[in-house]
Parts: sequence; structure tokens; C-alpha cells
Amino acid sequence: MGRPRRRPLVWRRVVNGSVPYLLVSPVVFVLFAVLAYPIYYLVRISLEKFGLFELIQHHGVYIGLDNFRSVLHDQIFWHTLLRTVVFTVANVSLTIVGGTLIALLLKRLWTAVRILLTVGLILVWAMPPVVAVQVWIWMTNVQNGVLNYVLTTLHIGNYDGHNWFDSPFSSLAMATTLIVWGALPFVVITVYAALSQVPHELVEAAEIDGARAWRVFRDVTMPVISPILYLLTCLSILWDFGVFTQVYLLITQPAIVPANYVMGVYLWEEAYFKTDYGRGAAISILTLVIVAAMSIFYVRRMVRVGEVA
Amino acid sequence: MSHRFARKLGWNALGLAIFAVMVFPVFWMISTSFKTNDQINSLRPTWFPGHPTLGHFENALHKPYFWTDVKNSVIVVLVAIAVAMVFAFLAAVALEKYRFTGRKAFLVLLIGVQMLPGIGLIIPLYVLLAHVPVLHLNLVNHLSGLIVVYISAVLPFSVWTLRGFLMGIPKELEEAAMVDGSSRLGAFVRILLPLVAPGLVATSVFAFITSWNEYIFARLLLNDGSTQTITVWLSNYTAGSKATDWGGLMAGSTLIAIPVVIFFLLIQRKIAFGLTAGAVRG
Repeated sequence: MGRPRRRPLVWRRVVNGSVPYLLVSPVVFVLFAVLAYPIYYLVRISLEKFGLFELIQHHGVYIGLDNFRSVLHDQIFWHTLLRTVVFTVANVSLTIVGGTLIALLLKRLWTAVRILLTVGLILVWAMPPVVAVQVWIWMTNVQNGVLNYVLTTLHIGNYDGHNWFDSPFSSLAMATTLIVWGALPFVVITVYAALSQVPHELVEAAEIDGARAWRVFRDVTMPVISPILYLLTCLSILWDFGVFTQVYLLITQPAIVPANYVMGVYLWEEAYFKTDYGRGAAISILTLVIVAAMSIFYVRRMVRVGEVA
Repeated sequence: MSHRFARKLGWNALGLAIFAVMVFPVFWMISTSFKTNDQINSLRPTWFPGHPTLGHFENALHKPYFWTDVKNSVIVVLVAIAVAMVFAFLAAVALEKYRFTGRKAFLVLLIGVQMLPGIGLIIPLYVLLAHVPVLHLNLVNHLSGLIVVYISAVLPFSVWTLRGFLMGIPKELEEAAMVDGSSRLGAFVRILLPLVAPGLVATSVFAFITSWNEYIFARLLLNDGSTQTITVWLSNYTAGSKATDWGGLMAGSTLIAIPVVIFFLLIQRKIAFGLTAGAVRG
């Protein structure tokens, strides 16, 4: 009796064992087709002369590392990289520091004011980036933008007819206000949620002992919220480094010049717009390698925190 | 006591000031869309439109391609979500209910992939979709090309969030059904599916917002008025006109933001799940 029973049992185990693989196979297939294969293809094009003509012919001409050499010898690439790093650092620090401060402030507000501010933040969070850009363009407009009017009326200076997009620094500063404004709600609400984990008694005890606000924050609050701050910082760095839509649409076409490129815009202009896809692929690979290297910090922490279990 | 009260008052005043600054752009968008052109173009801003006009909304709605592009957006988003939810749900079940070799690697892959900036992939996706290998199709300027991209864009976080919702379902429930003689699949369909339905809705809404708001690939792959999506329509609103129609632009912006805001408010409480997975861009 033992032998005939065994075979179906083994067969069944094989079937059962393959179930999870069957279940994940559609996702794996899509990620392979729309991600893994394109990345392989990206590497291939980066080693080829691939322009509009080659696009129509469906194949390029192998030229080795020439595209990479051309990009790495290009001043614009290095300037853009440096500018993007500074831009990212500015945006991320404003978002994280500002967001944490507002989250701490939320704790000290009357319930009604707190709810009001929270609802306002969620409204901002819900704004589609493309919509927010249009509102920014209207508010910062040279002739009758409300920003110039308010700054002039408050006697901060004479901003009548001031053009915010006449210098790369000022253009990117405007992009920063837009990006930080859009990213703050996420940080505030996440940090605020984390703050509820801070033991109440400990804060009170420290305050009774006469500890100043800064010390309470550093020694009691910070240790509790620092894991979430780490993750938020990683995420913000990755997002802001690869930002495209807000910068590209806010500065708008004729004003976009190499002097105000950030990595995303540089990619679009040099890679796609100029139809030199081979060289563009080289730029893409360099960008993706930088982002991948940075995302290791995030992924590693996610694994350690136990999110991957 | 009064000193403490004064301090509390100060904090609350600061809170209100931050509220005002943060909400102002949204207020300004809505307020502008109801103003008359005279009020909009005057050098002295009008804060509240005294005699609100609906003219700008009419102009925006009658602007060429508005309805066509809304339809395009809806088609792309709905098809992408439908496919992505089925795929993501199956994978989430595998991750949550089975222990298998490569499971952890798959999870790490999902978060890693989520972090890649879309802009880095515009070249290969453009070239590949202009001439799809094996099938020999040109999907540039076809909605299907964008649908494929959106499916892959929303999959990683959808798997991740759905897995979070599945985790919340007690194993005993499923086991009880199996003891009753149901197969694993039967147990899954009758017990698991209804329980996870709210999670599926929340994740779908999430995916809806992400794809409705998407600009880069919409702009890259669809560049003809009648085949573009609504975000590209909005970004081209002022193109080719001498004097900017601010009222129409703000009315159009308001119209496009409305569905997103409504959906966002609906799922806002559930959103916390996917956040650390980097689900929604700030």
C-alpha cells in the first residue's frame, strides 16, 4: 500500500511548491519586460552610435565607450552633477528640518488649530505636481504675480516687475520653494505619527528636571524618531536627485539653459530632445548608477528594520 | 499661568501662519479661476472674487481636446490599474502566504525598483516602444504603450501595500476554512478576498493618483493633441498664445486637481501603509 501512495504525494508537493512562483510570475514578467530588458537595452545603446537615423533603421553602430568618453569630458555634465547635488541638499534639508519642526509644532497646538493645519497639509499633499507648477507660474509671473505684489507691499523690497527666472540661481530657488512645499506634508504627517511613539512620561520627567526644549528633543524625542527620519531623508534624496517635472515645467522651455540644468532636465534635453540617444543612454546609465548607489542605504535599512520579512 | 498661555497663543498663531502660507497657492488657484479678467490682469490683486464668474471653467472645458484628453487619461489609468491590481494581488498572496526560495530577494528587488527615477529610463523605453521587439509594433502615440509603462510603474508599491493589508488578516480564518474541506484556492477566494477588498480599493486609488498625475512618460510617449493625457494638456495650455489666459489656466488646474483631491481624502488614513515603501511621491 505504501508505494502507490507515495508518488501522488511527491507530485502534489511539486505542484504546491510551484504555486508561489506561478503567483509572482506575472509581476516578474512585467518587471522583466518593462524594466530589466530596457536596462539591458540602455547599456547596449550607450555603446552605440544611435540617433534618429538608427532609430528608423532599428539598430545602431557599435562604437565602444565613445559616448561615455564624450559625456565625461563634457563640462556641462560635471556642472550639472554638482548643481544637482547642491540643489538636492538644499531641498532635502529644508524639507526634513522644516517638516520635523512643523510636526513638533503640531504637538503644541490647540486641537482645532491642529486639525485645521493637518487638513491644509493634506490638501497640499493631494495637489498634482503639474497643477502646482501652473499655480507657481501664475504666482511668480513678472507683470502681475501675487508674489511680487506681496513682497513689495510688505516692504521687503521693490519687486515690481521682478523676473524670478532671469538667473539660474533664482530659477532653481523658485523650483525649491515648489518642491519643498509639495514634499512638506508627507514629512510632517509621517514624523507627527512617529512622535506619538515618544513616551509622554519621559518628556514630562525631563521637563520637571528642568531640561531645556532642545535637550528634551535631542535626548528623548530624537532617538525615537531618528529611524523614520533616516528613511525619510533617504527617500527625499532619491526623489529630489531625479526630479524633472517641477523644474522642467516651472522654468519653461525658452528659459531652460545648461546653466540651470539639473540631472533630470539635462537627461531630457541632451538625451531625448537632441535625439542623440546613444550619448543620452550614457548619461542615463551614469545617473542610474549614482541613484542605485544611494538607494543601497535605503534598501539596507528597510531590510534591517524588518520591513522585508 | 498667563505667561504659559501667551506662549501657547504664540505657537497657535505660528500654526495658523504656516497654514495660511501652505494653503495660499491652492486658495489662489481656486480664487483666480472665479475672477473676471479685469480683476486677474489688474496690478492690484483681488483677494476674493466679488462677483464670481464661471466663464473660465467654460473656456477650459471648451479648449480643444479637453474631453478627449480626459478620456485618454481615464482609459490609460483604468486599464493600467485593472491589470496591475490582479498581478499585484497574486504576488502579494505568494509573499504573504508562502515561504519560498527567492522570496526575500524578490522583496528587496521591489523596493529597489521603486527607487529608480523614471527619467533614467526614457531613452530605452522610447526606443523600444517605437519598435517593439518580436511584435514589430510602433506603440509611440498609442495609449497602449503608456498603459504598459504605468502597469510597471505602479506594480512595486501595489504589491507592497497589498501585502501589508494581507498581513493584517489572521491566519486562523484561512485555516478554519481549509479544515472545513475547502481547497486552498477556495479558502482564499471565499475568505481572503472579501477581507482584503478595502485594501484593494485603497491600493487602486493610490495607483490612480500616481498615474493620473504622471507627466514624464505621458509627454514622452504621446505627443499629439488627440492622444495626449490631461497632465500634458494642462502643461501645454498657455503654449502658442500671446497673452496668457490665467483664468482659464487656473480653472483647468482646478478641474484636474478635483478628482485627485477627492480620492486622496478618501484613502488618506490608509495611506500610511505604503509610505515607507516610497509609494507616493511628495
